[in-house]
Amino acid sequence: MSSTEALREHEAQERKANRARAKAGRSVIFKIIRCDGPGKPSRWESFKVPVEPGSNVISCLKWIAANPVTIDGKQTTPPVWDSGCLEEVCGACTMVINGKVRQSCSCLIDEYAPLEGDTITLEPMSKFPVVRDLWVDRARLFNALKRVKAWVPIDSTYAQGAGPKESPEHQQTRYRLSECMSCGCCLEACPQYNIEEDESKWDESFIGAHAISQARLFNEHETGKRLKGERLEELSDKGGVGDCGNAQNCVKVCPKHIPLTESIGAMGRATTIHAIASFFTGKK
Amino acid sequence: MSDNRVIVVGGGLAGLAASVRIAESGVPVDLFSMVPVKRSHSVCAQGGINACNEIARQQGYSEYEHFDETIYGGDFLADQHPVLEMANWAPKIIDLLDRMGVPFNRTHEGFRDLRLFGGSLFKRTHFAGATTGQQLLYALDEQTRRYETEGKVTKYEFWEFLWPITHEGRCVGIVAQDMRTMQIRAFRASAVVMATGGCGLVFGKSTNSVICTGGAASRCYQAGAAYGNPEMVQVHPTAIPGADKLRLMSESARGEGGRVWVPRKKGDTRNPVDIPEEERWYFLEERYPAYGNIVPRDIATREIFDVCVNEGMGVDGQNQVYLDLTHRDPDYLTVKLGGILDIYEKFVGVDPRFTPMKIFPAVHYSMGGLWTDYTPGDYNPDAPKPGHKSGSPIPVDAQKGHGLTIGATNNMMTSIPGLYAFGEVNFAYHGANRLGANALLSCIFDGLCNGVSVVNYIKDVKEEAPQGVFDEAVRSEQAKHDKLVASTSGGTGDKAYNPYQIAKELGDEMTAASTVVKTGPRLEQAIAKIGELMQRFGKVELGDAASWTNQSLSFTRATGDMLKIADAILRAGLLREESRGAHFRKDFPERDDSRFFKTSVARYNPETGKSDIEFVPVKAPLVEPRARTYGKSDTKKETKETAAAAS
Ligand SMILES: Cc1cc2nc3c(=O)[nH]c(=O)nc-3n(C[C@H](O)[C@H](O)[C@H](O)COP(=O)(O)OP(=O)(O)OC[C@H]3O[C@@H](n4cnc5c(N)ncnc54)[C@H](O)[C@@H]3O)c2cc1C
Ligand code: SF4
Ligand code: SF4
Ligand code: FES
Repeated sequence: MSSTEALREHEAQERKANRARAKAGRSVIFKIIRCDGPGKPSRWESFKVPVEPGSNVISCLKWIAANPVTIDGKQTTPPVWDSGCLEEVCGACTMVINGKVRQSCSCLIDEYAPLEGDTITLEPMSKFPVVRDLWVDRARLFNALKRVKAWVPIDSTYAQGAGPKESPEHQQTRYRLSECMSCGCCLEACPQYNIEEDESKWDESFIGAHAISQARLFNEHETGKRLKGERLEELSDKGGVGDCGNAQNCVKVCPKHIPLTESIGAMGRATTIHAIASFFTGKK
Repeated sequence: MSDNRVIVVGGGLAGLAASVRIAESGVPVDLFSMVPVKRSHSVCAQGGINACNEIARQQGYSEYEHFDETIYGGDFLADQHPVLEMANWAPKIIDLLDRMGVPFNRTHEGFRDLRLFGGSLFKRTHFAGATTGQQLLYALDEQTRRYETEGKVTKYEFWEFLWPITHEGRCVGIVAQDMRTMQIRAFRASAVVMATGGCGLVFGKSTNSVICTGGAASRCYQAGAAYGNPEMVQVHPTAIPGADKLRLMSESARGEGGRVWVPRKKGDTRNPVDIPEEERWYFLEERYPAYGNIVPRDIATREIFDVCVNEGMGVDGQNQVYLDLTHRDPDYLTVKLGGILDIYEKFVGVDPRFTPMKIFPAVHYSMGGLWTDYTPGDYNPDAPKPGHKSGSPIPVDAQKGHGLTIGATNNMMTSIPGLYAFGEVNFAYHGANRLGANALLSCIFDGLCNGVSVVNYIKDVKEEAPQGVFDEAVRSEQAKHDKLVASTSGGTGDKAYNPYQIAKELGDEMTAASTVVKTGPRLEQAIAKIGELMQRFGKVELGDAASWTNQSLSFTRATGDMLKIADAILRAGLLREESRGAHFRKDFPERDDSRFFKTSVARYNPETGKSDIEFVPVKAPLVEPRARTYGKSDTKKETKETAAAAS
């Protein structure tokens, strides 16, 4: 068992134990970072929320939005957050919960705050500019997908027969990589991924584990391979795979269990081979 | 047409397929979405996408069979020509998705794998694990991103569509609002495609994502677009009951062998794995020997409802039944269904590979939606082409005739010229009940096939609407917006005017009155209740006056729009005095073709603020209605073979 798997197993056991001792009919305290907009100061606000069976962080936020009164009785505005599917597949609802980045929709209160008066803290991700409260702007995450040309360059959408045949093993490899939902957990946890003051620098700074893994996904596809050289050029450049410090924080927090370190390793080797090949062929 | 642009509102499968098709033809696209398109609700789709394929074909299946199943499954309320064309395109659409890199599950030899799905006795559902919608959406998202980098698609993400702009009867643009800065702006276009999905949130809790309010469709309806079959809302048989959302357990669980049962003994408290086979009641298998657990959704839903609510046989005395996969190999389940089994485990805390799941029906899909037009193609069963026998289920394909005239400018155009509706937001394909794995298909088909219609339409659009039209539209939306913001101060503080409270009462009422079993008196009561909520909404008090990223405002505005759609759903449901597909009237339990082989068309009446309903005969049917029994054992004894022939 890898250290990542061991960690995940340990966390799962802990959550299970909490669930087993969760008290029915309790209230928990939500401590939330509030911020009215970019450049505005932030503040903490606390709310006391009654927990229903099966409650998660989003359902509690909804309750707060409908009853926006802090624990000291102060009327406030409904908190703002991002969400979509509520089943951990759209990637919208990433937050820092009790100091750790994760999806909030799948964060069950029973697993995190099993007893009366337990506290849950909610903070926005720190690697993206805050829009308001818990909502951040992840445009730079999607821009990274443009940088690595994360698509298959098909001729057109007109009927031209089937795609390439593929073994089930190869399909499983691609499928695992293709489950990345652009949530940003891997970026929040990465010590090399930083938010510079100067926005124009973002596209040169470290591209992030998710995009490296997407480059691998498309390099693995028969037609996708046609852009392999361009992807590897991008990953060899400033902010590419060479900037990864191999801290492996990313893979520990990925909610989709994407084999990120495997992808980083594969792309690291591929860029090296690509560089040597370009050197000998004189092509860059 | 040099400066002609097209606006696509919505970046789910339908909107992205349309954007790619239209951009590919050289027309610039402005793509609007409330969420980054990669997070659109289509991402939730689990089970798969239907298409005739070579294996099924050799067993007697065909595109025609797919067409016929869809019509039969929809209880003969769908527009038949578009469905025929869709079935014909289906295999080619799968090929295209395959070329785009969708990781469809594979057989040992490397062919695309297939699974069984409701309403068919043939394996014709293609899938990528149990997150097919996610994988299809990503493929189209990637292609769209490619066009974005080439400057052919401009994305407006986190922009909310507010109103269609019309001039001299044509749609010439939209008003939209930036959800961060709250700026309200008009955008010009030669045509607008609505691809804004369904309206599950009208029912409060459903299997839908948090933005599926139907607000955008409601605004088009209030602006004069007709709305077809609003009463046809699908309740999916198998969802996990939950406090905030009813998370779907895809039909693929049954397609992969999942069995639905309850203990034969009422109130049996034993652990389900300890209950012996003979003490389990597999009621779907018993009542439908041919289709068993894969009867279509409306039927499965009513049977589960019947067993729990009428017979009181629900597990633990509650409204829930077992969906059991424990007889299958756990590793097989992981490869085929991992995505959904993880959802169950994550939210319920029990591993469904080893313990039967507890599930209950939940609102899932709106078959109804913006009414759309089309031009039929040359396929005519009464005037068969060579090699084509009239009236018998013979494969049809492009050589043997088209369901639609490809590229006709009115294909999937709403009653407002220049305003199109693609995907779940239209009403055309699924009649009174949608077959599983046909929605993804209809969304992509709309984008690819009818995207061409949009391109053709704008070739003839010349006139430039004067600027005043756009300024006026912005003013009108700004005024509505400002009125809502003003309601934050000087209010009564009375809960009755809290938007969340109004939305909750709306959801509760709609779920109670207009889902699995409906009756005339209960629908009338609900109409009155919605009227009361509309009155209260007139005095709604917003909790947030912020002029920056005001989510409460967006939600409140959508609540008002949901009330309008709810009214249409209830009125059409009241007037349709029959039972058909998902619409079951206890007081009129039979289908009544003489009166209701008809589409209900709702038009918004600005005077009353309510809906006027008209029943219009289903257009030029290719197959005539026949009894829809799915071989129920107590109606008619049928073997697997005869049921197959009948379908
Ligand atoms: C849990 C679940 C599982 C499903 N599984 C399957 C399956 O296995 N097979 C199948 O065939 N079907 C399935 N379906 C149905 C299918 O997923 C949907 O019908 C389909 O994805 C709808 O796609 P769409 O493109 O029409 O709209 P959506 O994907 O809903 O996209 C709507 C778009 O419109 C935008 N939008 C909405 N309102 C506005 C506004 N006011 N302004 C701007 N933009 C707006 C949104 O941002 C979004 O981009 C499933 C549905 C659910 C809920
Ligand atoms: S392994 Fe690389 S990408 Fe992952 S967290 Fe560490 S530095 Fe970041
Ligand atoms: S790799 Fe994992 S953590 Fe990173 S964006 Fe994708 S799903 Fe999220
Ligand atoms: S809301 Fe979609 S991942 Fe949480």
